[in-house]
Amino acid sequence: MLGQYAPFVLAAYGVTILLVGGLVVSSVIRSAKVRAALEKVERTRG
Amino acid sequence: MSIWAFANPARFTRLVSRILPWVAGAAALCLGVGLIWGFFFTPDDFRQGSTVKIIYIHVPAAFIAINAWFMMFVMSLIWLIRRHHVSALAARAAAPIGAVMTLVALLTGAIWGQPMWGTWWEWDPRLTSFLILFVFYLGYIALWQAVDEPDTAADLTAILCLVGSVFALLSRYAVLIWNQGLHQGASLSVDKEENVADVFYQPLLFAIAGFVLLFIALVLLRTRTEIRARRLRALMLREVA
Repeated sequence: MLGQYAPFVLAAYGVTILLVGGLVVSSVIRSAKVRAALEKVERTRG
Repeated sequence: MSIWAFANPARFTRLVSRILPWVAGAAALCLGVGLIWGFFFTPDDFRQGSTVKIIYIHVPAAFIAINAWFMMFVMSLIWLIRRHHVSALAARAAAPIGAVMTLVALLTGAIWGQPMWGTWWEWDPRLTSFLILFVFYLGYIALWQAVDEPDTAADLTAILCLVGSVFALLSRYAVLIWNQGLHQGASLSVDKEENVADVFYQPLLFAIAGFVLLFIALVLLRTRTEIRARRLRALMLREVA
């Protein structure tokens, strides 16, 4: 389907999925961590 | 209600919690349609072959790379003029997204350039100005990390952002200004002669819409995180004191 340029096209999509996927995952993980830490501090303060 | 009402961190956080799932869902839908349509259901270009499929990630990433900096520019101005903390934190939240999109544009451009131009890299005006923009993104992120006092960090990064805006503008108009180099002009244009063919144009619009919505979703999520991190820091400092 992609012919002789398949390695280039797949590499471009692979790099994008890796970088953008990593950005989304790291953003979600940090959001969850900060939220949990804030809730913990707010609970202990009453 | 005035837009400035959302400069209140608590109100902004509540708004984000309400709209984020919808924005993220719309982003996933547009990205899915644009990328699947473009990758599987469009023909090869008569000159570029299947490498034309790189357009569905390269052009949207480059579009976000430039406009993320423009958004940071507006947020920085709001911070400098009106001193709303949410605007400074939104600019901070957008920077890593802009940096990743600039890197994606640079890397996919290099991968596209090798089979088409015969080289991974050329010191072409468009490519060089994008590389400088990427360095500005890294500098901006590093400056936020380097300064402990949040308001001072917001002031310094806002000024850096205003200076860097020159390069964001150059990245957009480099091809027109210098009128030389390997990189082509704009892929999307109101001029039908310059625009990409309709068969590529329609899925490309979906892909761009998907990237824009993804950018908005990530900015909302990361700004809410920054607001919470700021409150957490303030509470912990109060406990220590």
